Amino acid sequence: MSNELIDFFIVSIALLGIGIYGLSVKRNAIRMLFAVEIIINAANLNLVAFARFLPHSGGQTLALFSIAIAAAEVAVGLALIIVAYRMYKNVDIAEFRSLKG
Amino acid sequence: MVDATFLALSVLTIGSAIAALELRSLIYGSIALMGALAGVAGFFLLLDSPFVAMFQIAVYVGSIAVLILFTVMLVRRELIFIKVEDPKRRYAGIGLMLVLMVGLGSLIIDSGLKSVTTDEPPVDFRLIGEDFLTYYWPALVLMALILAGSVTGALVLARREDVADEQRTD
Repeated sequence: MSNELIDFFIVSIALLGIGIYGLSVKRNAIRMLFAVEIIINAANLNLVAFARFLPHSGGQTLALFSIAIAAAEVAVGLALIIVAYRMYKNVDIAEFRSLKG
Repeated sequence: MVDATFLALSVLTIGSAIAALELRSLIYGSIALMGALAGVAGFFLLLDSPFVAMFQIAVYVGSIAVLILFTVMLVRRELIFIKVEDPKRRYAGIGLMLVLMVGLGSLIIDSGLKSVTTDEPPVDFRLIGEDFLTYYWPALVLMALILAGSVTGALVLARREDVADEQRTD
């Protein structure tokens, strides 16, 4: 294998940085969800990279769990965004003054 | 040294991730997010983990991205294109990103990880199935319950009571 562990690590750090930039700058709720997805993918990339270089199957198993939980998180997050959109007619998180039902 | 496939995949992944956050339209943004997730699946293939790569494509590119696309289409049209952000906050965010990347990057490059390479054969994906059904079975059951609970919760949250009442009176 010509690629080293550190190459994958650096791509993962770049994705993490982009995700944190998105989370701190964007105010659109859907864009913030994009940023969270990018961060989760950076973490998964690390898990699988370490699993390949150890080599051990545990990292891949954990990555599969992580992908499934991320799917659940996106479903709930999008439902919350839709509810908030219905209440405030906006997806800007600064407009979500109160989340009372 | 990295090969050409790796370089192409990194450009695709990082470029699409930036595009997902920066493109004006949310619809193009979610399509770019799809590209970034597919790029990560490509990295999984490079890491000899075809099973995780297929899972990534099925779950992320196949379902999550489509779910996001449909949610974007439910939002009013002018909100898809609107861009509200403080320029000061934007520069602060770019600074934070650069500090984080340079800090973590230099930390990692200085560490002993640089020399890690492997000549060992990749892990057989059958082992993952064995892991799931032996050591990790309680976690697997728990994960299934969490997934079912979250999907039910999402449906309950997004339900419109006024529409349901109308249907009942018909």
